[in-house]
Amino acid sequence: MSTLTIEGLHASVAGREILSGVNLEVAAGEVHAVMGPNGSGKSTLAHVIAGRSGYENLSGSVRLDGRELLRMPAWQRAEAGLFLAMQYPTEVPGVSLLDMLTESVRTPEDTAVGELMAGEAERIGFDEQFLQRPVNVDLSGGERKRNEALQLGVLKPAFAVMDELDSGLDVDALRIVAGRIEEATEHEGLGVLAITHYSRIFAHLRPDAVHVFAGGRIQESGGAELADELEAEGYERWTAALTADPDDAVPQAFTDPFGDPFADQLA
Amino acid sequence: MPNDFLHDFSVDAARGLAGPDWLTNRRSAAAEEFASAPLPTPAAEEWRYSAIADFDLAAYRPVVTDQPPVTGSDASATLSVEASALFDCDVSEAAAVIDINDGRIVALQGAAELAEQGVHVGALADSPNGAELLGSVAALSADYFTLFNDAFMSSPILVNVPAGVSVDGVIAIRHHHGSANTAGFPRLIVRIGENSSAKVLDVQRCASEALIVPVVELDIAAGGRLGYVNLQTHDSKAWQVATHTARVEREAAVTAASLALGGGYARTRTDTRLVGRGASGDLLSAYFGSGDQILDFRTYQDHAAADTTSNLLFKGAVGESARSVYTGLIRVRPEARGTNAVQTNRNMKLSEDAWAESVPNLEIENNEVRCAHASAVGPVDADQVFYLESRGVPTAVAERLIVAGFFDEVLEAFPVASAADSARSAIALKLNQMLASAT
Repeated sequence: MSTLTIEGLHASVAGREILSGVNLEVAAGEVHAVMGPNGSGKSTLAHVIAGRSGYENLSGSVRLDGRELLRMPAWQRAEAGLFLAMQYPTEVPGVSLLDMLTESVRTPEDTAVGELMAGEAERIGFDEQFLQRPVNVDLSGGERKRNEALQLGVLKPAFAVMDELDSGLDVDALRIVAGRIEEATEHEGLGVLAITHYSRIFAHLRPDAVHVFAGGRIQESGGAELADELEAEGYERWTAALTADPDDAVPQAFTDPFGDPFADQLA
Repeated sequence: MPNDFLHDFSVDAARGLAGPDWLTNRRSAAAEEFASAPLPTPAAEEWRYSAIADFDLAAYRPVVTDQPPVTGSDASATLSVEASALFDCDVSEAAAVIDINDGRIVALQGAAELAEQGVHVGALADSPNGAELLGSVAALSADYFTLFNDAFMSSPILVNVPAGVSVDGVIAIRHHHGSANTAGFPRLIVRIGENSSAKVLDVQRCASEALIVPVVELDIAAGGRLGYVNLQTHDSKAWQVATHTARVEREAAVTAASLALGGGYARTRTDTRLVGRGASGDLLSAYFGSGDQILDFRTYQDHAAADTTSNLLFKGAVGESARSVYTGLIRVRPEARGTNAVQTNRNMKLSEDAWAESVPNLEIENNEVRCAHASAVGPVDADQVFYLESRGVPTAVAERLIVAGFFDEVLEAFPVASAADSARSAIALKLNQMLASAT
C-alpha cells in the first residue's frame, strides 16, 4: 500500500517563509482534509508538493513510498504517482486534452487514451465535445473541475492533491465529481489530500482525517467532526492563538502568487 | 558607380533571358533602372532592424540554363529526386500543379482541364493578357528588390480566373531553387475576375546558399474571393527578400496566409491595398526561427475605400539565437470611413539569446473608423508548462506542445486545410530538431 509522507516541510516564496514545519501522512485509500483560512499557506502546500517553480524548499521532505519527491521535476512527481487538481486549472491554447494525456508518461504508448477519456467523460457527465478542444480553453469553472476529475480518472495516480476542488462547482457537479473521487479512493486505493476552506465537499467525500492549517503548519488534527466544528465556529480559535504569540515569526496572512486571485473579495 | 561593374546582374544578362519580345523588353528596361538603383540602407525606416547592411549582391550570379522552359497547356517533365523530395507538401487533391526548378517550369499538370473553364494556369508568357497583368499590382510596392525581380524573373507564372468562375480544388505552385550562390526570382501573378473564386498554394523552397527574390501579385476584382497560402522552408543559409502585394476591389476578399520557417535572413513585405468599397483582407502568418536566423516581416494594411475591413494576425517564435522583426502599419486614408482594422503580432521567445522586435503603427486620416492593434513578446507561459508537467508530461515535451499550440490559432484559419497540416508537420519537425540539438 502506498503512503505519502510529509515531514518537517519548510518552504518560502521571495524570501518569506510560508510553510513552517508541515508533518502529515496519508495512506492509500484515505482522504485527508487540510482546512485553513485564506492566506494560511495551504495553496502553497499544494504547489510545493506538486513541484511548481517559484518556491524555495528550505528543509524537510515529501516522500511517496519512500521516494523523495522534492528532488524531482514536477513531471517525474506525476510519473511517481502524484496528481494535482488545481484550484484554477490553466488554459493551454492549441493543445488538445487528448494530445496532453497521450504525451503523459502515465499513459504508456499502447494506451487507448481516447477511449479512456470517453469512458471517464461519460462517468462524470463531461461533454465529449470538450475532449477535442484545447485544454480548459473557454471552459466554465465547473467544466474545468470536471476536466480535472476526468484526467485523474485517466492518469490513475496513487495520490491526488486537490486544491479547492469545490470552487466553481454547482451542487450537482460537486456531487458527481466528489463521488468519482470517493470511488477512486474506495476501489483504486487513491489517497487524497483535499485542501479547502469550506466543508461542503465532505458531504460527498468523507474525510478520514481533518487537519487545521494556519500560520504555515498543521495546528490540530482530528476526525470528520473537526470539519463540522470549523464550519460552525470558523478559524478564529487558531488564528487568534497565533496572533497572541508575539514571538511567532510566521506571517499571519500571505497571498500565494499562484493562488486565488479573488481571495480578498471572498474573505 | 553603376552596379554592373560589381556583379553579374547586367542588362545583357537580363536581355538574354528567354521569352516573348514584350517580356524581354520589360526585363531590359528594369535591368537598366536596376543598374543605377541605390541599394537600400538600414537608415531607411522600412529597413530598420533588417540585415540589409550584410547584403552582398556580388556573392550571387544568375542561374544559367540552356534548356528551354516546359510550355504548352499540359506538359510534364521529371524533377530530380532530390528536388521532388523537397516538395513535401501534399498536392494530391490539387486541381493543378506547376513545378519550377531553378527558375524553369519543369512540370505542369491539370492546366488543360482548367483551361476548359477559361482559367489560365501556367507561364505568364503564354497568356494573351500577360503583358497587361504583369506588374499591375507589384507597381504599388515598387522598390529595389521588386525592380530586381522585374529585371531577372525567368518564368513568371500566371493564374488567371475569368469573371464568374469558381475553381474547385487548389492551384499549387511549387518553386524549388537548388543552385548554390545563384539568385532566383519567382514571380506569381494571380488575377481573380469579378465574382470568381480560387485557392492558390505557393510553396517556396531554396535548398542552398542562394538568394531568392520572390514577387507575388494578387489582384482580386469586384466580388472575387481568393485564398492564398505561402509556405517557405528555405535552407538556413538562404537569403530571401519577398514582396507580396494584394489589390482588393469592391466587395472582394482575400485571405493571405504564410508560414515562414527558413532562410538565414528571410524578409517578407506584405502590402494589402483595399481599394474598393467593402473590400476585406485576412492576413495570417506563422513564423519560427532557430539557430541564428533572422525572420523579418513588414506589413501594410492600406484602407483606401469606405467600409473596408482588414484583420492581421502574425504569430512567431524565436529559439536559440534567432531574431524576428515585425513592423506593421495600418493606414486609413481620408476617404476610408467605416474602416475596421485589426493588427495583432504575438511572439514567443524560447531562449535567453533569442530576440523579437514588434512595432505596430497606425496612421488614421478618418474619424469614423475602428482600429485596434496589439503586440507582445514573451517567454513560454510558465503556468501552462506547469499544468502539463503536473499531468506527467516531460518539460521539453510540454514546451513543444505549447509552442506548436501557440500557432494553432493562425493555422486553423489557413484557407487551404492541407497546407495547414503541412505547416503543422513542418513546425513540429523544426521544434523537434531544435530540442534534439539542445540535449
